[in-house]
Amino acid sequence: MTNKETVEDPEKEKRKIKSVKKMKEIMTNYYIEAKTADQTGKKIAWITSGGPVEPLIAMDVIPVYPENHGAMIGASKMGVDLCEKSEEMGYSRDLCSYARTDIACSPINGGPIGGLPKPDMLICCNNICGTVLKWYEIQARYYDVPLFILDTPFCHTEFSIEAKEYVKKQINEYLKFLEMVCDKQFDYDRMKQVGQLSLKGQRLWQAVLDTTVHQPAPMSAFDAFFHLALIVTLRGTQIVVDYYSSLLDEMRERITSGISAVHNEKHRLLWDNIPIWYRTRWLSEKFASHDACLVADTYTSAWCSSLKYINEGNFLDTMADGYTKIYLNLGVDKMAEHVIEMIDKYNANGIVMHSNRSCKPYSFGQYDILKIVKEKRDIPALVIEADMVDERSFSESQIETRIDAFMEVLKARK
Amino acid sequence: MITIGIDVGSITTKAVMMKDGAVVSAKVINTGYNAKNAGETVLEDIISEVRIKRSSIERIVATGYGRNSVPFADKTVTEITCHASGGRYLNPKIRSVIDIGGQDSKAIVMDEKGRVKDFAMNDKCAAGTGRFLEVMARALEVDLDDFGKMSLGAKNPSIISSICTVFAESEIVSLISKGEKRENIIAGIHNSTSARVVAMACRIGLTAPVMMTGGVAKNIGVVKALEKKIGHSIFVSKEAQVAGAIGAAIIAVDSI
Repeated sequence: MTNKETVEDPEKEKRKIKSVKKMKEIMTNYYIEAKTADQTGKKIAWITSGGPVEPLIAMDVIPVYPENHGAMIGASKMGVDLCEKSEEMGYSRDLCSYARTDIACSPINGGPIGGLPKPDMLICCNNICGTVLKWYEIQARYYDVPLFILDTPFCHTEFSIEAKEYVKKQINEYLKFLEMVCDKQFDYDRMKQVGQLSLKGQRLWQAVLDTTVHQPAPMSAFDAFFHLALIVTLRGTQIVVDYYSSLLDEMRERITSGISAVHNEKHRLLWDNIPIWYRTRWLSEKFASHDACLVADTYTSAWCSSLKYINEGNFLDTMADGYTKIYLNLGVDKMAEHVIEMIDKYNANGIVMHSNRSCKPYSFGQYDILKIVKEKRDIPALVIEADMVDERSFSESQIETRIDAFMEVLKARK
Repeated sequence: MITIGIDVGSITTKAVMMKDGAVVSAKVINTGYNAKNAGETVLEDIISEVRIKRSSIERIVATGYGRNSVPFADKTVTEITCHASGGRYLNPKIRSVIDIGGQDSKAIVMDEKGRVKDFAMNDKCAAGTGRFLEVMARALEVDLDDFGKMSLGAKNPSIISSICTVFAESEIVSLISKGEKRENIIAGIHNSTSARVVAMACRIGLTAPVMMTGGVAKNIGVVKALEKKIGHSIFVSKEAQVAGAIGAAIIAVDSI
């Protein structure tokens, strides 16, 4: 080994986010606790990423997220093998790669952590997509466990009173379902605390994301993709509040000491859709090589989008609003409005959209959203065709050319 | 001032030498297996043809898929920017370029000043590219140079529905076995290729006047099919295939 290889680049070291270590510890402990639940007697619920997790926390149930697992599979580049395995099982390649890899993991305990712990129940909320319904039905049959479906009607233009009553009724049924599976009364006092912690966590996460309003941004969307895991998996616990408080402190310190995510930030971009998990580093370095920072994204901010709808004193009653009006459950006009708000807030001068072969509800309206955005804000856009987990849908040379060309367009405008 | 633009594409590698704002010489060779060699060979070819010393070249810009495998280039620029710039050199009035090369097709829209406003490229599929037409010509046993002209005589263009090169080929084999006329099949291929390209171009707001560049611009059948779909004529220069290399040579001047 030469000297050059052993010496770490001080510039790069300085930019590293120190909290990452703590975050890894928390996630490791979380998965250890979940994987040893059969020894501690705790119940496990598998839940969709947009599902109402707070009642589970209040009932001392450990929530496990197949979608978070899917992201881990993607990041550890195990997606292709598992996708192929699911295709051998008879599932179509057109199906979401989170669903395919999750279904494929079950019989073989596959993936980076040797499979998820066996569930005692499944909680499926279709506010993020329709695929989850069939996916969770398949898993409910496979594990022979009860499945609760929370149906949140799509908000094309509005969330009607009737629709709201319909969702509220289901939330009551959800609590009864939990009482039945856990064989104990629902703890409404505990729920109040969990609700408060959930909102506190969401506010802190939003505050962390908002530190990138500062120019240059102390972190990028690629960092947000990593730190997101906690608000998804442990929302409603003190752990999240403590962690994001310290992450927020670190970001503020970085701003004070002038540490930015991208050295010499010249271009500020907005990312749309789920990350390309197996290529986050490549993409991050590619954009950084053009002095471009992805300062915000529509994805990680989705976990605090219910803040404006939920009433802290009455969490359970306002949950219907909070969980129905999330980004992916809105019509294209509303989504475009949200994108424009983000462009203005973070002062983005370009938008990068990942047209994600897996995620139809996220990708379907992208060209319409772009059309609206371009009419209202004169900024260039780039569409990258790929998949969040299935690497077979990623073509490096094509994507590289598109990014390079997009950056040439941006530079020519400056 | 002498500059050179080298466009290393998936099928052919092009070099253009410019002197004081005018094209002096252009060369096209097959890229083959080794993109790095192709870049060097085409440079040597053009130097020996024009008989200048290598040292008199002030700047070299590389573009195309193999742009990063041209070690002697002073700079690399993507083919999007190069085709826009080359297109404007060949006709300063144009506002859009449709470039169909070996492995991809692109649509580029420019502002009044010729700066790229937006672009779109084909997805991970060869249909709608030069490679697709090459495979089809082989299946029909027609020389690629005659492929375009032959389709002009078609009375009833076939419908080619497959969007995958491999499946389109089997569709064509079945048309052949049914005794369908060659010119009809070829016209069908051109229609299906242009439908894909036009859909992509319209998405970014194709603006007239439109120029077509890239090797496939030599195929009159595709040009006609494109014109029919977009509803107006398309400007095609004799230098269409080397437009990207011309753009690179111009950018080389600008970046000195």
